[in-house]
Amino acid sequence: MTKQEALFEYLLRRADDTLILGHRLSEWCGHGPILEEDIALTNLALDLVGQATELYQYAAKVEDKGRDEDDLAFLRLEREYKNVLLVEQTNGDFGKTIVRQFLFDHFQILLYERLMESKDEQIAAIAAKSIKEVKYHLKHSSEWVIRLGDGTEESHNRVQESVTDLSRFIDELFYQDEVDELLIKEGVACDTSEFRSTYDANIKAVLDEATLSLPKEKWQLDGGRKGIHSEHLGYLLAELQYVQRTHPGMEW
Amino acid sequence: MEKQDISKLERQFQEKIDNEIKIEPKDWMPDAYRETLIRQISQHAHSEIVGQLPEGNWVTRAPNLRRKAVLLAKIQDEAGHGLYLYSAVETLGADREETIDDLHSGKAKYSSIFNYPSLTWADMGMIGWLVDGAAIMNQVPLCRCSYGPYARAMVRVCKEESFHQRQGFEIVTKLAQGTPEQKEMAQESLNRWWWPALMMFGPSDKDSKHTAQSMAWKIKRHTNDELRQMFVDVTVPQAELIGLKVPDNDLKFNEETGHYDFGEINWDEFWQVVKGYGPCNKERVEARKKAKEEGMWIREAANAYAEKRANRKKAS
Ligand SMILES: [Fe+2]
Ligand SMILES: [Fe+2]
Ligand SMILES: [Fe+2]
Repeated sequence: MTKQEALFEYLLRRADDTLILGHRLSEWCGHGPILEEDIALTNLALDLVGQATELYQYAAKVEDKGRDEDDLAFLRLEREYKNVLLVEQTNGDFGKTIVRQFLFDHFQILLYERLMESKDEQIAAIAAKSIKEVKYHLKHSSEWVIRLGDGTEESHNRVQESVTDLSRFIDELFYQDEVDELLIKEGVACDTSEFRSTYDANIKAVLDEATLSLPKEKWQLDGGRKGIHSEHLGYLLAELQYVQRTHPGMEW
Repeated sequence: MEKQDISKLERQFQEKIDNEIKIEPKDWMPDAYRETLIRQISQHAHSEIVGQLPEGNWVTRAPNLRRKAVLLAKIQDEAGHGLYLYSAVETLGADREETIDDLHSGKAKYSSIFNYPSLTWADMGMIGWLVDGAAIMNQVPLCRCSYGPYARAMVRVCKEESFHQRQGFEIVTKLAQGTPEQKEMAQESLNRWWWPALMMFGPSDKDSKHTAQSMAWKIKRHTNDELRQMFVDVTVPQAELIGLKVPDNDLKFNEETGHYDFGEINWDEFWQVVKGYGPCNKERVEARKKAKEEGMWIREAANAYAEKRANRKKAS
């Protein structure tokens, strides 16, 4: 694997995470349970689609095969999407959407804090710009986890179920392979294992305040980074790609 | 209060209106003025919120990243408009959630245009170009409405509406100048949206029961038919510019009046949709009801948490 191939793959993984999560959030648009939260979720979606756009643009440039950001976002096969399984999980109720966001935001902020120091200037710039958004996302999702966890008995039970359900996808956030190893050596990527304990402590602090807890059993799943997804992703892509696949090669 | 006092207050009120002095929430106002505003502003707010649905229907299928972002931003603005308008309603002493319940029960109306389905990507262009375009015609004069909070909300809203109209026209233009397939998509969409867009201005002046009073109160500045004519005059040349045909065989520029003459609206269809029997009335209201019902446990949780926090603060 060359550095160029590794960098392309690394960027796709980051971009796909944000695109797919942004897509899920955008499904709420117009259906949010409270008007203020409809606006907030749409705003999150907008931020994530924006981050994805910048990451795909850079990935396309790195790849240098004449594809652009839309080709990468809309015209790959399911096995070629490299997002983690967490972000493609269905919205469920508002509580599940919030927990999914919470687990992702806490990871993304630690990642971007480090990528701001990347030797790759483009990655450093994207991370520096995005981190302002992620700080807001993190505050929003953490506050809701606390409100719902420490709200009523019903909200506590519902959100605890989502925590239990989604915790099996945490480990995969920290997945690393030869792509990461090569780029860590170059000072481009960061070693996620170095901030795993910080992540665990950060989410535990919020969950404690919310009177919620992670399950004792640690069943862990992965596959997303190699393009092996849950059954949910195919349907998501069918919608995402609909216009591009139905009317190939046109400008919109 | 004595009858005389009231008539004096009414006189002072109308003097203010005649002198273009804004009425503010704490000022005395006739009950009927208050009720008219509550009805109109809450219907406007509901329109913004229900209006999210036909566009939200295409967010996950937007054809590229840029269009997706613009569409999300636009829909987010509409929800924001709903928020300011609900705040404006509350300055009149109405309760936001009660007005929303009236929407859900069918008592309160919203703009009929949103009872039509969004079937193709071209509809996203058509909604921005025609629906936001018509909304601008309606709303620009409302920036001078006699009720201060409504007028100020409209100033903010109108700035954003013109961005909405432009992004819509840009979508349509791109299609009209695209492949034959895309051009066909744009024309087919215009054929469906043109007449409902004209209906957005409401019944014709001879059937409009609220117009005269609203104009005396300077809530309205133009009649429905005047606004409709302004919209036709502005929009027809835009369609010609991009090579689309407005689906009206009676449409013709009248050299004498300097306006376009146009065909008769299908008023049976108009009233059918207003009365709740349009293609999507049921789906739209159901979607809003579902959002509210599914939000109950969340609102309860937020309230319970806020209360616990307040108690803990007191205890410490
Ligand atoms: Fe609006
Ligand atoms: Fe509006
Ligand atoms: Fe608008």
